[in-house]
Amino acid sequence: MTDNDNADTPHEQRYDEPTGQYTTGHSWDGIEELNTPMPRWWLGLFYITILFAIGYAVAMPSIPLVNSYFQGVIGYSDREAVATEVAEMKLERALFAERLSNANLETITADPELFRFAMASGRSAFGDNCATCHGAGGQGFKGYPNLNDDVWIWGGTFEDIRNTLVVGIRASHEDTRMNLMQAYGNDGLLNRDEMRDIADYLLNFTGRGIDPEAQQRGSELFAQNCVSCHGADAKGDRIQGAPNLTDAEWLYGGERDDILETLQVGRQGVMPNWHERLDPETITALAVYVHALGGGEPSVVADSEAAETVTPDTPEE
Amino acid sequence: MTVLIDKTEQDKPRREAAPGVQRSRAPSPTPSTPASLYKSREQIYPKLAKGSFRNLKWLAMIVLLTIYYGLPWVRWDRGPGQPDQAVLVDFENSRFYFFFIEIWPQEVYYITGLLILAALGLFLVTSLFGRVWCGYACPQTIWTDLFIHVERFFEGDRNARIKLDKAPWSLGKLYKKTAKHAVWLLIAAFTGGVWILYFHDAPTIARDFFTGHAPTTSYIFAAILTFFTYTLAGFMREQVCTYMCPWPRIQAALIDEEALNVTYRYDRGEPRGAHKKGATWDGRGDCIDCRQCVAVCPVGIDIRDGLQLECIGCALCIDACNTIMTKVDRPKGLIAYDTDANVVRRQNGETPRYRLIRARTVIYAFVFAAVGATMLVALLGRTTLDLNVVRDRQPNFVQMSDGAVQNGYTIKVMNKSTEPRSLDLTAIGLPSPILKVAGQATTTLDVPADETIDFRVTVLEDELTDVGDRREFQFRLFDPQSGTDASRPTVFVAGP
Repeated sequence: MTDNDNADTPHEQRYDEPTGQYTTGHSWDGIEELNTPMPRWWLGLFYITILFAIGYAVAMPSIPLVNSYFQGVIGYSDREAVATEVAEMKLERALFAERLSNANLETITADPELFRFAMASGRSAFGDNCATCHGAGGQGFKGYPNLNDDVWIWGGTFEDIRNTLVVGIRASHEDTRMNLMQAYGNDGLLNRDEMRDIADYLLNFTGRGIDPEAQQRGSELFAQNCVSCHGADAKGDRIQGAPNLTDAEWLYGGERDDILETLQVGRQGVMPNWHERLDPETITALAVYVHALGGGEPSVVADSEAAETVTPDTPEE
Repeated sequence: MTVLIDKTEQDKPRREAAPGVQRSRAPSPTPSTPASLYKSREQIYPKLAKGSFRNLKWLAMIVLLTIYYGLPWVRWDRGPGQPDQAVLVDFENSRFYFFFIEIWPQEVYYITGLLILAALGLFLVTSLFGRVWCGYACPQTIWTDLFIHVERFFEGDRNARIKLDKAPWSLGKLYKKTAKHAVWLLIAAFTGGVWILYFHDAPTIARDFFTGHAPTTSYIFAAILTFFTYTLAGFMREQVCTYMCPWPRIQAALIDEEALNVTYRYDRGEPRGAHKKGATWDGRGDCIDCRQCVAVCPVGIDIRDGLQLECIGCALCIDACNTIMTKVDRPKGLIAYDTDANVVRRQNGETPRYRLIRARTVIYAFVFAAVGATMLVALLGRTTLDLNVVRDRQPNFVQMSDGAVQNGYTIKVMNKSTEPRSLDLTAIGLPSPILKVAGQATTTLDVPADETIDFRVTVLEDELTDVGDRREFQFRLFDPQSGTDASRPTVFVAGP
């Protein structure tokens, strides 16, 4: 501005011979600008955008206030819009959801569309609720079972899985799955050597034992302390939720030190009961999804016990 | 520095528009009435031209408008349950139908290819014949032309329209103006209404539209299209081409001195001047300065100033000039499709040459052909069956209690045919795979017509069990009914 040497005649425009155009009359350090006039309607559009902005600010929630905000004269709310959409979506899915809540696997797989709905809904619910402990793909971590394999502590049929979801393990449900792996070391039930012998006995199932004598002693100690739950052959008992100790799958680690630690401190893993937090249809969908991850077992056909299993709808007493 | 306003220079001849052609001079601004930084639109009153190019433009308009208004009504049988509209952009089901072609969202590269082809085609045509797209085929030109025709129908030709606009308001003027705008709005509404037919089944949406059952978006888009047809063709007209459209700027780079353009042959026309009947033509040009070329120009320029940004290459000035040349008994073609180079050649006494085959036209044509051939191969080789495989990463592999190893996969099967399919799934390249599909007892995948379905599949392998074992293999789908198959490579791992 101060550099405008042309200040005395600020709008003096000059014909520029080479271009055949006039200058705007602006000159900065001798640099001039050719006048290429903008269409006037363009200016109009600019004013329209300003008017639109004012109108928008009046109509829509716009200005932050101290404890609240200006809500706009038409009272639009993104939150409400989302809530409406979610409600609409739920309504759309209600038909499927209703069919899911108490269905058994046979009914669900009979209808591919229902099965896909259950899988999709189960996958999403798994990510929200289960992945924290079991991992995004249900791969599990130490102390949290892998749900992709065929090793099931409390049973791997669809009904078993759903039941576990409903009542939980060592959870607050009345019928929750419950057992006790004692802290044999801490409680003074076994001494250190005895625990070593048992560990060597167990490791020998997978060919990792080192001392046959220790294994002999361990076998006797096992018979005295462990068979009631894990069975005489150490293959476990699903009714009691006692894991198979002869296979390669160890929930808390299968190394000698891991086994010794388990004997020393005991194991009391908890799986929450989900019937209070999740809809029956979501629990069914989760059971379908987990069952399909890779290790689901076929349901026991016409089993009278299956009929008695707790369904997600069973009212609390 | 002081800018010198050299008043004495003002009368000196200006830089010429072309050799021997004076440039029309812009109005002289004075400090008291400074030239504005904004320019109001000056109404242009194009006169009706008559001649072969005008006829060509009529033809182009009729054909293109017929296609636009009529295409949604063309039916094309695709079998039961499938839309029978020849051209349909089905956003609801995310499909695009074009006669025998059906495109899924993931095949949007066909559209990309089509756009590339369109761009290259435009490059080629522009480097050969200038802005023929702008002049004959661009929707802006077509609808503007149509609207001008309506204007002419009610208000008369150029002179009558100028007179009418200057005249004070009267009943007659009110009638003419109202009638014109009413017809404009009618055409605009019709145009906007037809637009939405491309996005839904035409007969259904047309009925729903009038009974109030059409989706809100249909009304919104019909209104938008109506509004813009009315404003852009009725009021904005050449402003769209001059100020809004990027194409005129791009074309400057595509046109060279050998490109055919609507050209004023100043070698023949200059020096111009009024000509009395019977007077000699010796020592003067053929241009009688009748300004008919300016009168018919829809963008309000003088073609005799040379090739300009505003010129849309509609060739109406050729028709206008030819009419005059015939009247004054001179040969036609004072304004014609010609090249800059030829005008210079003629002026230098050389023979004009038309070089349609030049480096740029050959390159554009070659690239156009290459892209077109690629597209054609891709389109002809388009399968109606496809699958994608996503391998589980968490867990990467699962050891089963008996020592076997299992991997999990999600197989997305796309059945692009109009028939439901039962597909046999096999794993090729593994020693002893046991496949299991979640939720079903067999490995037959049932996929409804025109759908994509996800299947969760586990592969159990008791031979590849050592840590570090890794085997590439393929999932293969086979349709025993049609014999179609599709496969997708993936990998089986037994260790991290």
